[in-house]
Amino acid sequence: MELFIERTGEKKTLSFNGTAENLLKEVGINSEEVIITRNNEIITLDQEVREGDSVRVLSVISGG
Amino acid sequence: MKCKKCYDTAIIEMPSLCKSHFTEYFEEKVKRTIEEFGLLEKNDKVCVAASGGKDSVTLLYLLKKFGYEVEALAVNEGIHGYRDHTLSFLKKFCDDNKILLRIHSYEEETGKRLDKMVKPGSPACNTCGTLRRHVLNKYSEGYDKIATGHNMDDESQAVLMNLLKAQKKIFYRQGPKTNKVKGFTQKIKPFYFLREKEIMVYSFIKNINVSYTECPFARLSYRSKVRDALNEYESRHPGTKERILRKYLSIKHVSQPKAVSLCSRCGFPASGYECKACRIKESVVSQA
Repeated sequence: MELFIERTGEKKTLSFNGTAENLLKEVGINSEEVIITRNNEIITLDQEVREGDSVRVLSVISGG
Repeated sequence: MKCKKCYDTAIIEMPSLCKSHFTEYFEEKVKRTIEEFGLLEKNDKVCVAASGGKDSVTLLYLLKKFGYEVEALAVNEGIHGYRDHTLSFLKKFCDDNKILLRIHSYEEETGKRLDKMVKPGSPACNTCGTLRRHVLNKYSEGYDKIATGHNMDDESQAVLMNLLKAQKKIFYRQGPKTNKVKGFTQKIKPFYFLREKEIMVYSFIKNINVSYTECPFARLSYRSKVRDALNEYESRHPGTKERILRKYLSIKHVSQPKAVSLCSRCGFPASGYECKACRIKESVVSQA
């Protein structure tokens, strides 16, 4: 899976299959602070992300 | 997770709603807040305090969509590599949506940019907040209301910060709108009961794609510590932010703010003989 974390600008390729909630736990991000898109569609935390998906973790927190 | 209204796939938890029902819920919640707290009259001339971030741009979009007469007022603090980016997005948004945008800066007010006023590594939010309120108030004269994109996250953080610092004088000034006080344009917060996450989801749906930029001073702020702690608490105890605001509003009436005096220099409201903005301006001039 291609993972992009907006707040840090980090892009990485991960071998991960599981829920979006578990993905956030794996990368140490509080779900309250982000929304997740899978292939450019917003998903909830219980939805699965898999090999081949493009996943973006977009920051909810205002930068100011 | 399924939408609680139509069983289509949900795009957000709390409330669990699909794209179309979330859009409907979001817009209704803003309308309800405006009506319940008397934030706007139909013919009000509204100035939106716009930073170019997702909250203020989404607010501009919605108030215009609801048919209000809106204009945008932005403040350029003068922070290298930060505000220029969001202001260029704001300019394009206002051009595309035929919204008048005015931009004023700390430099034109004080002679210095914020990043030249504050030493590197020092917190700037106190100075910045004071100057921002001063500039917004000064240039919103002639408008009926000034609308800000403050949301449930901002407001619950503010309640906690004031409690933690025992700021009794300003504790009771929070809420969806400020009181009508001579010298101040009344401020309103139509997103008062919406979480920052909900605004983000709505702005994504509406293709208001403001990319994330972080103020270099923000991580040093007291607010950022309270924000992180509150987000941690919210994720363990969902609904905490809303409970803080509902409880706050239920006790707010027990104390009313006292009348303010006017600054002897600029004539704007002040808590003492001179306002804090004029004291900052004087210290900037004396440093030069």
